[in-house]
Amino acid sequence: MLGLNRKDAILLLIVAVLALFAPFILNPFPVDSALAQFNAGYPDLMQRFVIFGIFAIGFNILFGLTGYLSFGHAAFLGVGSYSAVWMFKLLSMNVLPALVFSVVIAGLFALVIGYVSLRRSGIYFSILTLAFAQMSFNLAYSVLTPITNGETGLQLALTDPRILDSAQVGGSLPVTSLFGAEMRSAMTLDLAGWSFTFSVGYYLCAIIMLIAFYLSVRLFRSPFGLMLRAIKSNQQRLNYTGLESRPYTLAAFVISGMYAGLAGGLLASMDPLAGADRMQWTASGEVVLMTILGGAGTLIGPVLGAGFIKYFENIFSKINESILHQWFAFLPDGVQDFIVMILYPFIGKGWSLTLGIMFMLVVIFLPGGLVEGGQRIARLFRRTKTTDGDVVSTKTKPAE
Amino acid sequence: MTEQTCPVILAYALVLVGTGASHRMAGTMDAIILQILNGLDKGAAYALIALGLTLIFGTLGVVNFAHGALFMIGAFCAVALQALFNASTVTLDPTKLDFLGNPAKVETPYLVSWFGPEMGASIIDWSVPLAILFAFPIMVIFGFVLERGLIKHFYKRPHADQILVTFGLAIVLQEIVKYFFGANPIPTSAPDVFRGSLDFGVWLGFEANAIIYPYWRLVYFAFAALLIASVFGFLQFTTFGMVVRAGMADRETVGLLGIDIDKRFTLIFGLAAAVAGLAGVMYTPILSPNYHMGMDFLVLSFVVVVVGGMGSLPGAVLAGFLLGILQSFASMNEVKSLIPGIDQIIIYLVAIIILLSRPRGLMGRKGVMEE
Amino acid sequence: MSNSRFTRRGLLKSGTLAGVGLAMPTIFTSRANAFTNDPTGGTVTLGFNVPQTGAYADEGADELRAFELAVEHLNGGGDGGMLSTFSSKALQGNGILGKKVQFVTGDTQTKSDAARASAQSMIQKDGAIMISGGSSSGVAVAVQGLCQEAGVIFMAGLTHSNDTTGKDRKANGFRHFFNAYMSAAALAPVLKGLYGSDRAAYHLTADYTWGWTQEESIAAATEAIGWSTINKVRTPLGLGDYSSYIAPVLNSGADVLILNHYGGDMVNSLTNAVQFGIRDRQANGKNFEIVVPLYSELMARGAGQNIKGIPGSQNWDWKLQDDGTKAFVKSFGTKFGFPPSQAAQTCYAQTLLYADAVTRAGTFNPCGVVEALEGFEFDGLGNGKTLYRAEDHQCFKDVIVVRGKENPENEFDLVEIVEVTPVGQVTYAPDHPMFAGGALGACNPGA
Repeated sequence: MLGLNRKDAILLLIVAVLALFAPFILNPFPVDSALAQFNAGYPDLMQRFVIFGIFAIGFNILFGLTGYLSFGHAAFLGVGSYSAVWMFKLLSMNVLPALVFSVVIAGLFALVIGYVSLRRSGIYFSILTLAFAQMSFNLAYSVLTPITNGETGLQLALTDPRILDSAQVGGSLPVTSLFGAEMRSAMTLDLAGWSFTFSVGYYLCAIIMLIAFYLSVRLFRSPFGLMLRAIKSNQQRLNYTGLESRPYTLAAFVISGMYAGLAGGLLASMDPLAGADRMQWTASGEVVLMTILGGAGTLIGPVLGAGFIKYFENIFSKINESILHQWFAFLPDGVQDFIVMILYPFIGKGWSLTLGIMFMLVVIFLPGGLVEGGQRIARLFRRTKTTDGDVVSTKTKPAE
Repeated sequence: MTEQTCPVILAYALVLVGTGASHRMAGTMDAIILQILNGLDKGAAYALIALGLTLIFGTLGVVNFAHGALFMIGAFCAVALQALFNASTVTLDPTKLDFLGNPAKVETPYLVSWFGPEMGASIIDWSVPLAILFAFPIMVIFGFVLERGLIKHFYKRPHADQILVTFGLAIVLQEIVKYFFGANPIPTSAPDVFRGSLDFGVWLGFEANAIIYPYWRLVYFAFAALLIASVFGFLQFTTFGMVVRAGMADRETVGLLGIDIDKRFTLIFGLAAAVAGLAGVMYTPILSPNYHMGMDFLVLSFVVVVVGGMGSLPGAVLAGFLLGILQSFASMNEVKSLIPGIDQIIIYLVAIIILLSRPRGLMGRKGVMEE
Repeated sequence: MSNSRFTRRGLLKSGTLAGVGLAMPTIFTSRANAFTNDPTGGTVTLGFNVPQTGAYADEGADELRAFELAVEHLNGGGDGGMLSTFSSKALQGNGILGKKVQFVTGDTQTKSDAARASAQSMIQKDGAIMISGGSSSGVAVAVQGLCQEAGVIFMAGLTHSNDTTGKDRKANGFRHFFNAYMSAAALAPVLKGLYGSDRAAYHLTADYTWGWTQEESIAAATEAIGWSTINKVRTPLGLGDYSSYIAPVLNSGADVLILNHYGGDMVNSLTNAVQFGIRDRQANGKNFEIVVPLYSELMARGAGQNIKGIPGSQNWDWKLQDDGTKAFVKSFGTKFGFPPSQAAQTCYAQTLLYADAVTRAGTFNPCGVVEALEGFEFDGLGNGKTLYRAEDHQCFKDVIVVRGKENPENEFDLVEIVEVTPVGQVTYAPDHPMFAGGALGACNPGA
C-alpha cells in the first residue's frame, strides 16, 4: 500500500486511526467524573500532541538516522512560527501560504546552519547547533524586537495590512482559516456524560502529521535513508568507499529543519503568536528528550515521546491541592490529609519532578524508550498467546 | 567557507572587538583593566564548573547534564549551613506585636544562646567559608553515591541515554531543592570583613574610584585558582592522577595493562562533584542562590568544555577564562555601540568561530566524543 | 457466571441499540450559546494561570493563595475579607449570580507559549469564563490576546509594562496593577526630595519590552525634575552576573544608578551593585545612590541586606492603614501565617472586581462584564479610590513609594512606606505617546 511494506502500512494505519479518533481516545472519562481531570481530548492539547509529534518526527530523521545530535532544533521551530505569523500579518489569514512560507524559510535557515555546523561531528556539532540556536533566541528576545516583538511574542494587530483579505470583522482580530474553514471552529458531540470535541484545526494538524509521518516512513526505507544509516554506523568507512557523506547529512539536516519549520508554522496557525521562548535551548532540549524518551531511530517513538511530555506539562500541572482533596474526599480526614500530603509534591506545581522521575525510570528500565516498553508488552502477550495456542490447538481452533 | 577563511574571521572579530575597545581611548585603560578583572572572575567560575565536567567527560565518557545541579547542590550546602546556624528558639515577646496584632515571635539562634551574642553572631557571619568544610565531604559522598547507584550503569549506554538520565536527575534534584527552599533566591552574604570593595586603581596610579573591585570577588578568584591548581597538582603528582590521565588518553590500553580503571572512576566522580560543589559554595555571596541556578550554568559550561576541547583539562580552564574575558569586553558600552547586541551572543559567536577554525576546540584530543 | 451466556454477536446488537438510544436526544451541538463557556450548571469556573515553576514560582504561589481566599470569600466562607470594605455591595457571599465559584489552576512557566497553552486548556477543557494571574508582562500580553480571541475576560495579575494597557490593550483585558509610567510619575518627586534635582542617572535595563517601557518612563520623569541621563545600558535577560555592566558605572560621571530589572534579575543586579561598593562611594561630590523603580517585596527578600534605603515603587503594601488593606491582611495572615504580597493583593482585588462586575451586569457575558467594569469607580480594595478607565482598561489609583527598611523587624517587613502618591499625580491621557499605537477593539463574547 502506498509503496510501503506490510508492517509499515499497518503502522501507518494504526497511527492514522489513533490520530483520527484521538478526540474519543483522549477523552475516556465522562465530563463529570473525578477522572475527567485526566482527559486530554481538547483541541489545544491535541493540536500540540500532533504538532510536537511532527517536530519530533523531523528531529528523528536527523538524529535517529544519522546519529547527529542537534541541540538547536528549536531555532527552526521558532523561525517557522515567526514566518507564519508574518504571513498572517502581511498577506492573508489563510494558513496555506503561511505554512509553505514557514517551511521554506526554516529550510533555508537550516541550510545555512547545517552547512556550517556539519563541518564538525559528534559533540562539536551539537555545540555548534546549540550556539546558533541560542544566538537566534537571544537576538530575537532583544535586538531583533522589531521583527519578533521580543518578550511578548509576535502577535496579530488590528492595524496589520493583510494585502489579500484586509476586510475586518468589526473591531476584532481575524482568525486563521483554510479557505474559509476557521481553525478554531469546533463541533461538540455530547454522548451520555461524555463530551467529544472535533476541531477543524486539530484535523488539519492530524492530516498534515499523517503526511509527514508517511514521508518519514518512506524516507526511512529509501536508499537515501539507508545511506544515512551507513553514516551513523561508520562514516569513515563510507568516506573510504569514495562517497562524500556531507551532502547526505546536509539533506537530512535541511529536511528535519523543514519539519521543524512546519511544526512551528502549524503552532502559529492554530494560535497566531510566535514567542522567542520557542527558540530557547530548553525547547531544543525538549525535542531531544522527546525523541530519546520515545525511542530514537524508531518511527513511532518520537511521536509517543512528544505526547508523553506534553501530557505531563498540560495535564499534571493542572492538578492542584483542592482537586486531590476532592479525589480522596471519601477517606477519613486524617488519612485524606496524609495521602494528599504524600502526593502533593508530585502533582500541580511539582509536575516537573514527576517528569524528571519518569525520564529516569524510562531510561533505566527501558533502554529503547517507550517503544521498547510497547514491544515488551506485545512480546509478553504474544508469548502467552502462543503458549496458549500450543496447548489449546489440539482441542479447538485458536481464537481469531 | 574553507578551513583557511576561519582564522580570518576570528581575526576580524578580534579586530572588531579591539577597535570597539579603543573607540574611546581616553580614560578607557581603567575600564579595560576593570573588564579584565571581571573577565577573570567570570572565567574562574566557568573554569571551575567546566573542570569537573570535562573530568567526567574525559575519563568516564559520560555526558553529565546533572553537573549544573551539582553546582547548585553545593550552593545550597551553604544555604543549609546558614539555616542550620540560624536554627533558633522561639519565644513570644508580649511587648511587641506582629502584623496581625498577636504577640511577636522573637527568634534567638541556638548559637547565640550557646556561645554568647558576639561569638554566635560571628559564627553565623562566617557561614559561607565554613560551608566549604561542610560541603566537601557531602559533595564527595554525594558523588560516590551517584556514581555507584546510577552513573555506573550508563558507561556502556549511548550518549543519548546518558543525556536523558542525567537530565532527569537534574530536574529531580532541583525540584527537591525547590520543595525545601522555595523558588526565590536566598540571600547568603559573605563575612562582614569581605563586604565592600577595594580601590584597586589607586595602587596602579589611577584616580580614586577608577578601578573598584569587591573583596569577595577577589577572594573567589584566589580560591578558584587554588582549587584549579590543586586539581592539576593532584592529577600531575600522584600515582592515582597518573592513571587517570593515562585513562583519559587511552582507556583501552590502561585496561589492558591490568589496571582496574573502573575503581578509580568513583573517586573521579566524587572529585568532580566536589569541585562543582565548592564552586557553588563560594559563589553564593556573589549571586543569591536559587534552585534553577544549575540549569542556568549548564549550557554555558558545556560550551566552555567543548570550546576547550574534549578530554583536555587545561583546555577547559583556558576556554573558561577566554570566554569570561571576551564576555566582559563585549558588555562594554563602547563595544556595544559598535555592534548592537554583541553582549547577547558573544559566547556563542566565539564558540562557533573557534570550533570552525580548530576542529577539536582549543586543545581537544582526536577521537574523543567525535562520533 | 454459570447461567448467563454472553456472545459477541449479542453484545454487539444490544450495544448498538443502547448507543443509538443514548445518541437520540443529543446531537452534534456546535455550542449554540451566546458566549464562550456560558455557565449552565450551579457552578461557575474561573481559571487562575500563575507561574508554578521557574524563577517566579513563589510569587505565583502567593497569587494562588490570594485567589483561593477570594473564591472562599465569594462563596461566603471565611471572614469575608475585603467584601465587607468594598464600596460596591452587589456581592452577597453566595457565589457569583448565585452560582458557586470553582477554580482551576495552571502553570504559565513565565513563558508566553506555555501560558497560552495553559489558558487554552482552562477555556477549552475546564470551561473557564475568566482567566487571571501571571507574573510578567510578556505573559500578560500573550494571554490577554488569547482571551480576546477566545471570548473570555482576562483580569491581568502582576504586569507592569505600559504595553499591557498601551499598545497591546484589548477590550476583554483589564489591569488593576499599576504601570511603569505611574511608577515614574510617583517616584520622580520623591527622588527629587531625597537626592535633589541636580543628579546624573545611569540606567541598567533588562533588554526586553518591559525594561524598555520602564526605562523610557523613568528617564522622562527624572529628566523632568532636572536630572540628566548619562547612559542607558541594556543587559541580557537572566544574566546572573551583572559585574561587567556595573563596574563601569562608578566612573561614568553618573551619581545615581537606576536598575530597571525585575524579580531575580533585580536581586542579582542589586546584589552586584552593592558588592561593588557603589553606595559607599561618592561621585560628583554626592553620595552614590541606587534606585529600583519596581519593587517586588517577595523577590527583594533574596537581596537581603542590600535593599536597605533603596527607593522604589509598589502597587500596594500590606502596611497600609486603610480598612480594605487591614481586612485583607487579617484574613490572609490568619489563613496562611504571613502577610500577602502586592501580587496577591492585585489578584484578590481582580477576582472580586470581576465577580462584582458580573453581578452588577446580571450576566456572565463578557460584553456585559466589560460594560460594567468600564468607568467603574470603587473604593475599599486597599488602594483607596480607584477608577477602571474605560479608554484603556487601566486602574487609576494611588501609588506607593517605598524604601528598603534600615532595621527590619522580621522577614516580611522589608520596606517602609515613604509616600502615598495621590492618583492625580500619576494619571495620564489615554493617548499619551508612551501608550499610543493600540486599540481596544470590540469586546468579544466568543462562540
